[in-house]
Amino acid sequence: MKARVHVSLKSGVLDPQGKAIGNALASLGFTGVGEVRQGKLIEIELEGSDRAAAQAKVEKMCQELLANPVIENYAIELE
Amino acid sequence: MKAAVVIFPGTNRERDVCAALKRASGDEPAIVWHRDSELPAADLIVLPGGFAYGDYLRCGAMAAHSPIMREVKARAAKGVPVLGICNGFQVLTEAGMLPGALLANRTLSFICRDVHLRVETSQTLFTCGYEAGQTIRVPVAHGEGNYTADAATLDRLEGEGLVAFRYCSPAGELTDIDNVNGSARCIAGVFNDTRTVLGLMPHPENSTDPLLGCTDGQGLFNGIVSALQ
Repeated sequence: MKARVHVSLKSGVLDPQGKAIGNALASLGFTGVGEVRQGKLIEIELEGSDRAAAQAKVEKMCQELLANPVIENYAIELE
Repeated sequence: MKAAVVIFPGTNRERDVCAALKRASGDEPAIVWHRDSELPAADLIVLPGGFAYGDYLRCGAMAAHSPIMREVKARAAKGVPVLGICNGFQVLTEAGMLPGALLANRTLSFICRDVHLRVETSQTLFTCGYEAGQTIRVPVAHGEGNYTADAATLDRLEGEGLVAFRYCSPAGELTDIDNVNGSARCIAGVFNDTRTVLGLMPHPENSTDPLLGCTDGQGLFNGIVSALQ
């Protein structure tokens, strides 16, 4: 089973990299672009087929290491 | 004074902090490798600057979970003072030993230059070598030093006197232009609730040698030694 963890900065937390990307898009001539936020995608191969157990395990991974709860949110997707 | 300086793969300021500690105390600090699970007996634990684990995932995140950090946390819980400088500050926030987090500098650039800091309190074992309100000049060298925390945490830090240093002008004023990395409320360093753990982004250890033209950082190490000896 594969888990995809999307880690993003919480709303309200300044994202200077997202801002720089937004500025670069504007300078390339893309119009109609609002706020840009940059995050991370972490893919994890997991053994076993118990989805509930996998969800709980990845949740724990997020809380202990993958995301910093002070500044980041995470979303888990199981494949 | 016995100091233990913990190093991770990528730590690079341990010699500087050892020199500053030795200048203050006369004693050679012990260097402890991150894979060690035991810390020698120490009056002070230091996490120096650098790029532990290449700053993978988030600055300090990997180091915060290395074996030695369990022991550092246990010692800190017993009241042994812990000082984290630059990357060491990032490790302490990632380990949950200090509030808040360090984001990328608002300029998105690595900043390496002298800054001025205002000492917010002298009533701690770390800052007793300074006067409250004193301005000191020390260098910064970081890409992710933009301190952040939620408003309630920032209010609590200010209300309880847990802000150690703020970026300021040479005259001690808090201005946006002197807030070098965009930190919330110009915060450059914070204490834990018992004021026995200090983390700061600037490098006082690099402002201790008269050859470099400024020794303002030595007050931190002299203060620590006088408080602990």
